[in-house]
Amino acid sequence: MPLPHLLPRWLPEGSHSGLWRRGALVAVVAGFIGLFNWAQKEYSLAVGMAYSYGISMSIWFCTDVLRVALHRWLGTEGPHFWRLSPRMVLFLLAGTVVGYLLGTAAGDAVGQRSTLALLWDSPRRFWGFLFSSLGISLAFLAFFYQREKGLALERQATEARLKLLETQLEPHMLFNTLANLRVLIQIDPPRALDMLDRLNGYLRATLKASRTDVTGGGHTLGAEFERLKDYLELMAVRMGDRLRYTLDLPEDLAAQPLPPLLLQPLVENAIRHGLEPKVSGGALVVSAQRQGPHLVVSVRDEGVGMAAPAGEAGLVASARGSGGFGLNQVRERLASLPGGGQIEVCSQPGEGTTIVLRLRLQPQSSATLPATPPAMPTSRPTSRSSAP
Amino acid sequence: MTPTALIAEDEPLLAAALQTELQRAWPALEVVATVGDGTAAVEQALLLQPHVLFLDIRMPGLTGLEAAAELADAWPSTGRPFPMLVFVTAYDQYAVQAFEAQALDYLLKPVVPERLARTVQRLQAQWAAGSSPTLSGEDPLERVIQRLQALLEPGALGSATPSGVAAAPPPPLPPPPLRVIQASVGSDIRLIPLEEVLVLEAADKYLRVLTAEADCLIRTPLRELLPQLPPQDFWQIHRGTVVRASAIHSAHRDASGRLSLRLRGRSESWPVSRLYAGRFKAM
Repeated sequence: MPLPHLLPRWLPEGSHSGLWRRGALVAVVAGFIGLFNWAQKEYSLAVGMAYSYGISMSIWFCTDVLRVALHRWLGTEGPHFWRLSPRMVLFLLAGTVVGYLLGTAAGDAVGQRSTLALLWDSPRRFWGFLFSSLGISLAFLAFFYQREKGLALERQATEARLKLLETQLEPHMLFNTLANLRVLIQIDPPRALDMLDRLNGYLRATLKASRTDVTGGGHTLGAEFERLKDYLELMAVRMGDRLRYTLDLPEDLAAQPLPPLLLQPLVENAIRHGLEPKVSGGALVVSAQRQGPHLVVSVRDEGVGMAAPAGEAGLVASARGSGGFGLNQVRERLASLPGGGQIEVCSQPGEGTTIVLRLRLQPQSSATLPATPPAMPTSRPTSRSSAP
Repeated sequence: MTPTALIAEDEPLLAAALQTELQRAWPALEVVATVGDGTAAVEQALLLQPHVLFLDIRMPGLTGLEAAAELADAWPSTGRPFPMLVFVTAYDQYAVQAFEAQALDYLLKPVVPERLARTVQRLQAQWAAGSSPTLSGEDPLERVIQRLQALLEPGALGSATPSGVAAAPPPPLPPPPLRVIQASVGSDIRLIPLEEVLVLEAADKYLRVLTAEADCLIRTPLRELLPQLPPQDFWQIHRGTVVRASAIHSAHRDASGRLSLRLRGRSESWPVSRLYAGRFKAM
């Protein structure tokens, strides 16, 4: 019988192993505290251990086992059942005090003595006893809380990376690209080589972004546009004349720092959900602009567009959210940028979709560039189009 | 008679390559047309009546599967037998399993010559058998319809079935059941309780919602709505039509064998596609 099943059924599934681990850790530390008590020559080993185990384990029970058991009342969710709320703080304080009282009573029973009597005989020792117990408990709670929070954050980050990888390395896209490559190798080797290089760049960028921190530094708008070109070139081979695309990046914005693969999901959405399902295909325009203190990037497609999201003359319970994973992910990443950012989606079924990102320009990029003389045009778009 | 084929594939290079490979594997086969979307596939197949039909699964317009179903429905019962179907897909784990279960032929992209040769062998064997009268006496169209029906059932292909643009299919989550449909009528939003809905009918970009009194349009596609309807209450009778089962008054079969439904509370009649005709048999 596996160990965790020894815990009662009313503890939620999945919480058992964590409870066991924390209980075991508390028990080990309690052993040391018991030894320390004994070393003070005040108690026999048995009594020292009785106090130490009584207090530690009952506080553990009240603040850990009951915290999980009462997760509904505390409004927490698995797998960690932590949330800092006034109710939680109150519960932990009460749990610690009740645990202390119960544990002390157990120690008193074993040692045939009264801790309460110490209050009159030797108040310093009484308070010292009380505060050291409470202090150790609080230290434990803080430690467990921090650890679980760290684990939760790490898991979230891993999940986000995996999801990114999954959406980027969509098997359909990969196998279709390989199928095209196979054809080109036979009929047009130079074009096949170019396609292979594009695929190489695309895969490298995706894998890199999935391994490093998604807000990682060093990436620029210019590099992001290069990646977009890789992807769009691949798609242009696949879709033939159904895809016409334009990338428009003013030179003075190319050095602007940008988190990697921020624009890529938007462009992929525009292709996958906009242009690919449309029989006649259409144009896709990605352009970056400077607007006052802001960088504005728009992704505009002439695809099938999206139906109105739930609630707007649609349905009460439309299964789809507002745009799926790619859009949500970009929105979350924008929100976590220094200075923040906004995303606007405008879609018309049958007409197409326009997505506009607006984020704060980073000052260092304009500082590294010489000031543009006012007489010169401020932006000379480097426009690239696919061959017709 | 020369065997003929039609290729439906939205990626031009892949379509051309399949045609070249087919010429090598089956020189006698004449590719009569190549189309790039599902709707054109149905139109051209009806017009040209090829013997073999290569259908890409993910195409704009209709998916390969939807196109096959539409074609089976519209195929004239007199004349040439229904084309032999070969589905072509880049990656559809669920679809491939389902095709195998239904003994439907499929090719994986990139198409390799050895695999294509096996498919061609099978097609040639079928072609040879098809030119002589079948021994079983079973209607081949009926059999194809049964197989397609099994594939088109909700959940048969994961979430890859309906949209044709879905990403790698995740395990489908049951959507929340629908209670009220919100439709915009002029500047008002009308709330229609699901209990009052008699028919949902795809109409161009919209979906018609019919009750005994009202006729509204909403923008949510039927395929998005379908999983949220209780299947025992709403029956699909056509690719674009779902009716309330308890509102069906009668099913009528006309001289050409086509079924149509009359509903209580509405005066129109609705055609039933061959794919769903199996539901309407006397007890």
